[in-house]
Amino acid sequence: MPDTKPRTTSAADSDTAPEVSPAPGSPWRALVRLRATRAQAIVALLCGLLGFALVTQVHTHESSGGLAAARQEDLIGILNDLSAREDRLRTEIDGLETSRARLLSGSDQRQAALEEAQRRAQTLGIVAGTIAAQGPGIVLTIDDPKRTVGSDVLLDAMEELRDAGAETMQVGSVRVVASTYFTQGADGMAADGQPLQAPYRFIVIGDPRTLAAAMTIPGGVIDTVAAAGGGAKAAVASSNHLVVSALRPPQRAR
Amino acid sequence: MIILLALAVGIGVGLYVEPTVPLGLQPYLPIAVVAALDALFGAVRAQLEGIFDDKVFVVSFIANVLVAALIVFLGDQIGVGGQLSTGVVVVFGIRIFSNAAAIRRHLFRA
Repeated sequence: MPDTKPRTTSAADSDTAPEVSPAPGSPWRALVRLRATRAQAIVALLCGLLGFALVTQVHTHESSGGLAAARQEDLIGILNDLSAREDRLRTEIDGLETSRARLLSGSDQRQAALEEAQRRAQTLGIVAGTIAAQGPGIVLTIDDPKRTVGSDVLLDAMEELRDAGAETMQVGSVRVVASTYFTQGADGMAADGQPLQAPYRFIVIGDPRTLAAAMTIPGGVIDTVAAAGGGAKAAVASSNHLVVSALRPPQRAR
Repeated sequence: MIILLALAVGIGVGLYVEPTVPLGLQPYLPIAVVAALDALFGAVRAQLEGIFDDKVFVVSFIANVLVAALIVFLGDQIGVGGQLSTGVVVVFGIRIFSNAAAIRRHLFRA
């Protein structure tokens, strides 16, 4: 490197090269001067070599993508960087998989809770009479041509049906719920204030055999109705598919 | 002019041949190219100042390349090749810039 310095900066070289005089006039002339000597040929050769090496280096750098020409310690550094990055990414993967598993099990639990809540809502809706119900059951018909059956008999029949495992029922067009009551006045029978006309039809959902047996046991509903006299009689018909369609408006919580 | 012509010819040959650099020489070629570029800029400057000498140019060109390659080779042997390469490139870069500035002053008087 020190070789070039005196050539470009010191005045000594200008003395040793007197044949190259400063260009007259414009300095551009000094650049374009062409002299065909042996020394100029060597200069041209070196310049050609430089151009060749330049293109070769550019070509090598582009084709190898940099890694093939890299030094060993640089490669080791790159490898270490990649290993550390891989470790970091693996840790991240582990964390993400853990949280994914947690979220999955959480959503399973939420799903189960939702199904349970829907089932409870269904059951409570049937009990409260806000949704229709269907299934096997019996139809209890109490025929009362001379209006000798009192409200107490109907209430007894309802209680008997409940005791026998009735899930839900309706009498006439009135859905029977926990607070259902029967009244008897001058204008006839009423359930929950709705007038009832004989024959009274109880549509009951529940196990048909149990319900029918509960009605027909000695001293049961059928006997009680028959004991009311006046031609009143009760009949039980089993069915595999009954629909309790009478509804009650949902009540506001107090 | 002869410099530009020769450079063009060299580039053309390089593009035409598309040579592959031997693996052992790969770390030194870029350093050698930078050193030669420095010698070239120095020669242009000397030409503009009227002190250009063919012999000085040839010797400085070859010596620049060899010394630069030697420095990098030594650095590789003692394990600081990367840093020394950077240092050599920085030094030559500074010299190229200062030579380019001198050339600019000569050509444009600014």
